[in-house]
This record gives sequence, structure tokens and C-alpha cells, in this order.
Amino acid sequence: MAIIESRPNYNLGKAPEGLEGAGFFATSLEKAVGMARKNSIWPLPFATSCCGIEFMATMGAHYDLGRFGSERLSFSPRQADLLMVMGTIAKKMGPVLRQVYEQMAEPKWVLSMGACASSGGVFDTYSVLQGIDRIIPVDVYIPGCPPRPEQVIDGILSIQKLVEKESFRRRYSPEYKAMLAKYGME
Amino acid sequence: MNTIHERLKASFGDAVLSAEQHYDFPVYEVTREGVYDIIKFLKEEMGFGFLTTLCGLHYPDNKGKELGVMYQLHNMPRNWRVRLKVFFPVADPVVPTITPLFSAANWQERQEYDFFGIIFKGHPNLKRILNMDEMNYHPLRKEYALEDASRDDKDDSMFGR
Amino acid sequence: MAENKEIEKKEEKEYSILNLGPTHPATHGIFQNILKMDGEIIMEAEPTVGYIHRAFEKLAERRPYYQITVLTDRLNYCSSPINNMGWHMTVEKLLGAKIPKRAEYLRVIIMELSRIADHIICNTVIAVDTGAMTGFLYLFQWRELIYEIFEEICGARLTTNIGRIGGMERDFSKKAWDKINKFRKEFPAALKEFSSLVERNRIFMDRTIKCGPITAEKALDYGFTGPNLRAAGVDYDVRVMNPYSSYDDFDFIIPVGTNGDTYDRFMVRQQEMWESLKIIDQAIAKMPDGPFHADLPEFYLPPKEEVYNNMEALIYHFKIVMGENDVPKGEVYHAVEGGNGELGFYLVSDGGRTPYRLHFRRPCFIYYQAYPEMIKGGMLSDAILTMSSMNVIAGELDA
Repeated sequence: MAIIESRPNYNLGKAPEGLEGAGFFATSLEKAVGMARKNSIWPLPFATSCCGIEFMATMGAHYDLGRFGSERLSFSPRQADLLMVMGTIAKKMGPVLRQVYEQMAEPKWVLSMGACASSGGVFDTYSVLQGIDRIIPVDVYIPGCPPRPEQVIDGILSIQKLVEKESFRRRYSPEYKAMLAKYGME
Repeated sequence: MNTIHERLKASFGDAVLSAEQHYDFPVYEVTREGVYDIIKFLKEEMGFGFLTTLCGLHYPDNKGKELGVMYQLHNMPRNWRVRLKVFFPVADPVVPTITPLFSAANWQERQEYDFFGIIFKGHPNLKRILNMDEMNYHPLRKEYALEDASRDDKDDSMFGR
Repeated sequence: MAENKEIEKKEEKEYSILNLGPTHPATHGIFQNILKMDGEIIMEAEPTVGYIHRAFEKLAERRPYYQITVLTDRLNYCSSPINNMGWHMTVEKLLGAKIPKRAEYLRVIIMELSRIADHIICNTVIAVDTGAMTGFLYLFQWRELIYEIFEEICGARLTTNIGRIGGMERDFSKKAWDKINKFRKEFPAALKEFSSLVERNRIFMDRTIKCGPITAEKALDYGFTGPNLRAAGVDYDVRVMNPYSSYDDFDFIIPVGTNGDTYDRFMVRQQEMWESLKIIDQAIAKMPDGPFHADLPEFYLPPKEEVYNNMEALIYHFKIVMGENDVPKGEVYHAVEGGNGELGFYLVSDGGRTPYRLHFRRPCFIYYQAYPEMIKGGMLSDAILTMSSMNVIAGELDA
């Protein structure tokens, strides 16, 4: 008795709304899948420059990104959920980024980390793409040059909020298709 | 440092156009016909066996000598450094390559071709290296703008671009 | 029934083409290599760079001198303070300014800390590429401590913009000294632990010895500098050959390897970390008192109390920020020993607010040319190790 009472009270996460009873819990499939998806996002670190080093620090033991479910980095686009673009994207790199984005399977999200990826940053020059949202749709932008690891974690948590609330039909909706058509993708 | 000047003048005479001292570097301006032989002489006879760097220059106001290349050589055992400059007109931007002497010059000359359009005669692979291959101008020349022309949200009068 | 087709034996072998990069889990930065391979052996490699070309040299022609420090940060971003200091020293050479000893010693401490940070990344990543993740996870804790030290001094972790033309922007606070002392006390044990995991490890040695070798003559021909050249056997270190910022007051050795292979490069960097710790200890022991910046009112911003109270300081502040100070005309070249070798700045000034021409002598760009030759005849996994042991940083490669 004493042993059971002295166990600390772990809170593994808030359960979604649903109908609870003795031995069962009923909720909508979207909420359950959303909760599962948000806690196991596999990022693709598309690290090009200095923000990549801050990402390495975020993945390190001090600011551990793995505790939010992103422990397994996938460098293959086919197996990744989240494309994290970190660092300056030059115009020469644009087609490569676009190809990597198109190779990812739905559902996919894009996180633009740093000022260079969001809008060109300090480099308002002829060779730098002024923001990756000129070629691929972006979900979350993290400002900073480079952003602190805490900001990166905040960005990942924002992605998690988006993932949790996403409906199953979003990727088939006409608005989504119209947005993809704007970028020239079908 | 005077020995370098003396020996260069003795061997090459009028290929060495001028000799100055800028801060801690002796700087010699040489002709483009003599630059390969002078660098070979410095490397083989005077021990300058390390090419520190080379870069292109563009002075649009010096008519007839707009484009230039600057070479810096280093004699490590004696710790001597020397800088050479060659100038030539923009209508005829050709200068001999020094890749046979220093393999380090290979990509550096490609970079200067990419930025200024300087043609290095005899270079094994003279194509653009840092910019996109489809680019049709040489961006570091003074007449071209720095900024990306497609950006329309920054107001020139306010941001002073 | 299908006919038995004769497969005619070709005289020549068929090579396969493998595209390594630009996005690849193991390339540390984006550059592409198209490899022609005979099975697992590499026959030829054709590198393509420029995927992160940010036009630093053109950008520098449009920025005043104090704003270029921000650009130099992003060259070798693993050790940005060294780049910053190199730029400051170039401008100070142009101006003919004399920096007080205390400022120089403070600069030395910062530069050596950032050299340790750069070598931590390089060495732990070499270990990760051979499969040993532990060193990376352990030593990155100490890199966080170095970041905290930088944050205490200048406010930023990675792209530091540390120091000013004429010295430092502020003296080190007590908290910064405490953190530096904590680092000095605790890092040697961590480095020794990493060494014991990896240096005499059978698997690591088998993987890295004779992997990507280069001879000293070839290295000099290709313009190598820094740990890569020292691993090949040439003891060229800019801090010793052309001392700057009072490096000749300190006593340190230059570690030199023999074969120029991956193991030698790893060991040279390990030993350089120990030497950097020695230099930091000496600098702290001999630290003189005095001002932390030169008396350069034309280029060094006066303190804010004076700007608000003193007319002269207000005018200097205005002139510095608006760029109406007189810069001497001339051309100057200054080199510092960066994490990868001789990082040089060739500055041509025409007396205006911004440089007329600024050329960066980037060590990574120059020695990466030798990469196809170093991996020829080796296997693919050795090519990856060679690349990571050369410490190719994409920001410096393309600039």
C-alpha cells in the first residue's frame, strides 16, 4: 500500500474529449489520430547553414528535441513528415528543395527556421531566394538569426498544434488544391 | 624585400611596371604578358611556393585597365609575402592561367571568371562555379546591382538599396 | 520459351554513377559530388559547389565597415568569433590603430574558445560518421557552456558579432569570468573522456587510418592551410608565422601529423584543443589591467552616457553611424588562423563609407579542390569520412 501511494503522479498528456466509462474510452477518430500524429513527427532536417548548427544544439542533450517525439530524424523525404528548412536557400538550391518537398508523402508540413529561410534574411542579394515560400507552401515560420533552441522548440510545438487539429479531409479540400496550384504543384 | 625587387627588375626589366609598399606588403604591378613567367620565377627561383590567394578587381574609371587580377604569394621558409597585380581592358579580359604552377589556382580562377568575366587562357575547366550556370552576366562588376530584382515589397526610397 | 540471348561480354567495365548530395545525411553542408564508381570503389568525382552562394563579396561593397562584421560571422559559422576578430584586425591595420594589451588578451581568450567549439563539432562529427554517437552527445554539453560564455559577453550564441573595431564592446562581467573558469575546470575531464572512447579504439583506428591521405607537397600545391595541412606534416600556423593580437606572448606547440589521413587530422584537432586550453590559461594568468578598447573616437562608438551629455560624443556617434568618418585610402591584407586555416581579408578602401573591394581568402574553398583526388581509389564510406574530417563548412565554401 505504501509503495503504491508513494509513486509520483505522472501526467502523460491530456486526453481528448470523449465518452468515458468503465474499461472504455470513446472519442472521434480524428482526435485520436491527431494526438498520435503530433507526438511522433519525423522531421527531415534540411540544414544548409548556421541554423543547422543551432538545430544540432537543439537535438543535443541540453535542449533535447527528442522528448517531443522527434527523436528519429529522417533524411529520406519518403519517410518524413516535417520538412524543416534551416538556413539560407540560394536560387541554385531552389529546385532541389522543391524536389525534396514533392517527394514527401502527404500529410506533410513545412517549418521554415531562421530569417534566411523565411524571407532571405540579411542576404538581399541576387543569388539568394528571398524566402522559401516563393517555391513551397510553409506552415510555421521561426524568426531569428539564428533562433535560440527554445524558439525552435516553440516552432515545433506550433507544428504539433497544427497537426493535432488537422482534419482528415484537409488535403483533399478544394482550398488546399488551390493553394498547391498557386505553387505549380498538383 | 629589396632583393625581390632587384631580382625581378634584373630578370624581367620592363614587365614590372611599378613597385609600391602597401602596409606590410610589397606590391608589384606587372604586364599580362609577363605575369606567368614572373610567377614561375618567384616560385622556382625565389622560393614562393605557396599561393595564398588570387582575386579579381574592377576599376571602371581606369580606361584601358578596368579589370585586374591580384595574386598573393608566400615564401613560407623565409616568411616573405608578395602581391602582384595585372590590369587589362574590359574589352579584352584575357590573362594566362597559373594552374600549371599552383593547383590551388584552379577554383579561384573559376570564381573570378564567374564574378568578373575574366578569361584565363589555358584553364582546364573554365565554367561558373558559385553562381547558376544559366546566369548571363558577371555580377561583381560595378555596373550591376546587388539586390534581387524580383523583390517588390521593399521601397527603395526608404530602405536605401 | 524465351530464347537464350547471348550476353556479349563487354571489353570495358561499366561504371555506375552515384549522386552524393546536395542533400545527404552525411554531407556537412550542401555540396554535390557526382561519383563514378566501380562497385564500391570510387573512380572519379566531380564536385559542384555554390548551392549556398550568398554573394558576400558583393554585399560587402554596400555595407559600412561595422556592418560587415555581421557578414563575417556567417563565413565559418562554427567559430564565428575568429572571423569577427580577423575583420576587426584588418580594419585596424588599415587605420593604423594600436589596440591595448588587455583588449588583445580578451580577444585571444574568445578566439581560443571558439576554436575549441569548432574542433568539438569536427571531431565529434567524425566519430558520428564512423558510428559513435556518444562523443557527440557528451561533448555538445560543453559546447553549450561555450555558448553561454559568448552569450554573457556579447548576447548571441552562434553568430556572435563580438568585439568592435578598436577593441571589445564591454569588459567581461563577473558572470562571464565565472563561466570561463568553470569551463577551464571541467572541460579537460570531458575531453579526456572523449579521447579515451575514441583515440585508441580499434574500430575507429581501422576506419580512419589511411583514409583519404594527402602528401605534404600536394597539400601545399593545393593551398591547404590549418589542421589539414598540419596533419600532412607542414607546421604552418598563422599565429606563429605572422603573430597578431599578442599571440607571441603565449607559449604553445603546433601539433603536426605524418600521413595526412583522417586519423592524423582528428588527432591534430584533438591536440589543438589541448593547446587552446593552455593558451586560455596563460592569458588569464597574465591578464593586464587597462582599457578594453583603443582610443579611436572616429570609429569606436562612445559610451551612451557621454552621447547624451557631451556634444562632442554626440557628433562622433552621428558621424560613425552615418558613415561620415575619414577612412584612409589603401589596400591591406590580414590573415588569422581560423578553425580551418588561414582566413584572409583583402580590403581595398577608396576612402568611402563602404569598402571598394573586399575579398575573403576562404580556406575551405581552396582546399576542397583537392577532395576528388583524395578520395580516388577509396571506398564510398571513406569518402564520407574524408569529407567530414576536412571540416568543410558550406558557409565558408561558397560565401
